[in-house]
Amino acid sequence: MSPSASDKNRDGASAPLYGLVLAGGRSTRMGQDKAALKYHGASQVDWAMKLVAPYVERAFLSVRSDQAHDPVRSQHEQIVDTREDLGPIAGILAAQARFPDAAWLVLACDLPFLDAATLEYLLRTRRPERLATAFRSSHDGLPEPLCAIYEPASRKPLIDHVESGKQCPRKFLIQSDVELLDEPNPRALDNVNTPQEHGDALGALGAQPAPRNGVQPAQQSGNLEITVQYFALLREQARRRDEPVSTRAQTPAELYEELRARHSFTLPASALRVAVNSEFAEWSRPLSKGDVVVFIPPVAGG
Amino acid sequence: MRFFRFSHEPIDCAALRREMQDPACGGYAAFEGWVRNQNEGREVQRLEYEAFEPLAIKEGERILATAAERYGVQRLACVHRIGSLALGDVAVWVGASSPHRNEAFLACREVIDEVKHRLPIWKKEHYVDGDSGWVNCERCGEPAHHEHSHVEHR
Repeated sequence: MSPSASDKNRDGASAPLYGLVLAGGRSTRMGQDKAALKYHGASQVDWAMKLVAPYVERAFLSVRSDQAHDPVRSQHEQIVDTREDLGPIAGILAAQARFPDAAWLVLACDLPFLDAATLEYLLRTRRPERLATAFRSSHDGLPEPLCAIYEPASRKPLIDHVESGKQCPRKFLIQSDVELLDEPNPRALDNVNTPQEHGDALGALGAQPAPRNGVQPAQQSGNLEITVQYFALLREQARRRDEPVSTRAQTPAELYEELRARHSFTLPASALRVAVNSEFAEWSRPLSKGDVVVFIPPVAGG
Repeated sequence: MRFFRFSHEPIDCAALRREMQDPACGGYAAFEGWVRNQNEGREVQRLEYEAFEPLAIKEGERILATAAERYGVQRLACVHRIGSLALGDVAVWVGASSPHRNEAFLACREVIDEVKHRLPIWKKEHYVDGDSGWVNCERCGEPAHHEHSHVEHR
């Protein structure tokens, strides 16, 4: 554990961490600029820059040269792509070229469900001695390249990847020595590409009517939209890793009885524990919209 | 220095041991949990481990912090394997180094005990006869078999 001076320069642990929000996409499927879409009362670009700021020494917006002066992008410090038509990997390369000694927390700007807890988890479990730390997609198990930390040592292999004619950052992560993490919130990295998905996201975030003076809008349907993740025996019996649930249950206890009937779970609630948003919780805790609930079957580590 | 990690690849105990070396320490204790060939009278062929990693890592870090403070050990770490394991594979590794041996032994023991009982990690046994089952889960649906260590914990 005594790296030589030259090793030290390449050691991600001692590198400054910078943020890079990718906003250079062409938004072809959306039909309008995704960076300007509003979700949380701010454009997606402003919101993503604000989200990343507390965790990095400096934050930059990655843009194409023809986008640098548009009003949504021009108010942020930018790194302009030097290669055309390479997609998001061009943004990462340009950032690494400008600050080769930095590690980069790279985020796409079309992740409206991304939350601080997910970023904090990524930072806490980061392995700076590997080329990158990224999440495993909750949909297909493959690495998610656009919410990840790229260490300084990843620069050379990324250049080689592009030189060899490949431009898919996901493929790069699949083939490289990277640390892959499970998402604490399986919806956090859902991206938004079409007007339909944009509408769905606004609905899920409860964004349509701006909250009026703190008055809670009356619960129209009485149903809560939450996500349930399954592990081990429950995963096998439910035949899925997670599912969105619209429920009238007010507590995890009520929710489990509902899902037990739906999926014919053999385990009684008395054999389980429950976690809400990645912390152990009480069975009687009130559920809120957007909660991620995990029922924990009897454990057997070691 | 403390860390709790999951590993989806075989655990390299020699490399981990090097991370525990410390000039201020005169004692190092390690525990390795191995996959054995039988459990509760059935012949086991292989195992699968699965974890709710975000919560398990947080809880694992809490276990390490508590033990490190209680025993004053210098370095304390744990790595748990995930995925498919063969007989003899290392399923879990705990290492502790401290100025004197007693604290290293005690911290190591506390960590493995707590990890087994508190962390959301599950083990599926595949038996030689072709059957398989999740350890501690398969008989829970039957009445009067609810004595699971994790339920007693906080």
